[in-house]
Amino acid sequence: MEKPVVPQGIMTKCPRCGKPIYTKLLLKNLKTCECGYYFKVSAYERLAMIIDNNDFKEFDPQLFTRDPLDFPGYGDKLVKTQLQTGLVDGLVTGLGRIEGEPVMVGIMDSSFFMGSMGTAIGEKLTRMFERAIKEHLPVIIFTASGGARMQEGIFSLMQMAKVSAAAARHSEEGLLYITVLTDPTTGGVTASFAMLGDVILAEPGALIGFAGPRVIEQTIGQKLPEGFQRAEFLLEHGFVDRIVERHELKSTLGALLKLHRQHDLHKAEAMELAGNEPG
Amino acid sequence: MDITPWQKVKLARMPVRPTGLDYITKLFDGFLELHGDRFFGEDRAIVGGLAFFEEIPVTVIAQQKGRNTKENIARNFSMPHPEGYRKALRLMKQAEKFKRPVICFIDTPGAYCGIGAEERGQGEAIASNLAGMMMLKTPVISIVISEGGSGGALALGVSDRVYMLEHAIYSILSPEGFASILYKDAAKAEQAAKDMKLTAQDLYKFGIIDGIIPEPPGGAHNDYEFVMDRVRKVLKENLEELIRKPVDRLLEERYEKFRRL
Repeated sequence: MEKPVVPQGIMTKCPRCGKPIYTKLLLKNLKTCECGYYFKVSAYERLAMIIDNNDFKEFDPQLFTRDPLDFPGYGDKLVKTQLQTGLVDGLVTGLGRIEGEPVMVGIMDSSFFMGSMGTAIGEKLTRMFERAIKEHLPVIIFTASGGARMQEGIFSLMQMAKVSAAAARHSEEGLLYITVLTDPTTGGVTASFAMLGDVILAEPGALIGFAGPRVIEQTIGQKLPEGFQRAEFLLEHGFVDRIVERHELKSTLGALLKLHRQHDLHKAEAMELAGNEPG
Repeated sequence: MDITPWQKVKLARMPVRPTGLDYITKLFDGFLELHGDRFFGEDRAIVGGLAFFEEIPVTVIAQQKGRNTKENIARNFSMPHPEGYRKALRLMKQAEKFKRPVICFIDTPGAYCGIGAEERGQGEAIASNLAGMMMLKTPVISIVISEGGSGGALALGVSDRVYMLEHAIYSILSPEGFASILYKDAAKAEQAAKDMKLTAQDLYKFGIIDGIIPEPPGGAHNDYEFVMDRVRKVLKENLEELIRKPVDRLLEERYEKFRRL
């Protein structure tokens, strides 16, 4: 007997509760299941969820890694992954608006080499911070990363210093930097720009840590407690400002951006226009 | 005879090599250790304090391996917790306030992976050091004396000058960890050591470090005085140059140094 076949892609099964969900509905629900499960979101899906009218000016879309170690097999794997994912590397950066507020946004995509950071991601993030300094704009980065890109070795490690440096300069200019930690955020990304936000948000249940849970279990020789390194655990220990439901992410980011508008400047300008001296 | 990368890994981990405290006691006068991160505790994997180097007051910070099991347990095998990194940054900020140069000796398998380290924000501690060192308004020199393991090493390595000893290694991860991730087999560490390009010679060629400090035949443990003389010379030359630089230029050049990578 043949089983009735559901064409692939129409339905998506929730890995937590097992319920099949219409894929279109899933997108409409920001890729969340009724049971509370959060599906992983690609960089472009995230853009569509966050940016006003999905109107986004992408930066450096063709920037790719130069395979600095000439690492055996890496070049081929890169091409294969690029074809599979349609991405050039694991990060999209650009300029858009959130609830009307202009902002530079970087979004990591964990489907590309597990979102690992190599030279392409490091360079794109650094350029974004430098542009944001020039244009006096806030930056939001959505992290999703297994850590450093192993195949780029020491160059990946140096991206941590490079991006942190650019973030520090952006901060010195008095500009706002928000990070949104999504599942998973670990390793070199956690130990650099992910933890440098003025405001650090996290999606519920996201795995966030320096060392991965498997490495810790191997090191200490014992099982880790339930909920260890989840967003809620980080909130409890004081390393995350807020856990934000996916449905409330855009409005929360919008509110934060509005709170950091250059108020005094705007006010002074408005008063000048009205012919008053600012008090 | 050429030494293979894997042989260098083993050489760099030899407990008879000079440790951070050996450099501190032999190269500096009147070392006064300062303890604690002011938040949680004292991390003995990192030693820090004040001393004179050639009559200049400096802040010196070193990751400290033990010579035997007992010492290694006390030093946690030179794998710092967040407290260690926070102590280091506290001492660096203090150096900035009193306009002292900072000298760091890097020697760690990596930042510690454990429950407490995660609870107290290992990632945040390292990240803060990277950003903090980049903006530090005083000269910083770092020397990888043996093992430079990952973010745990970089957290003391965002400096105006970075040197490595001839047989030291500096990498994204231990070759064993690397092999188990990429080759699914920790036993392939020897291959990993080769593919990772973790030797001082590789890193110098890449422009990631500023110079290589020669070791005596067979390695640093064979002649401490030989190594100390050469490290002293490197520190002296670089300090003389760096302390003359206006702070703006110092910071601009430090930024550019990492920016181009």
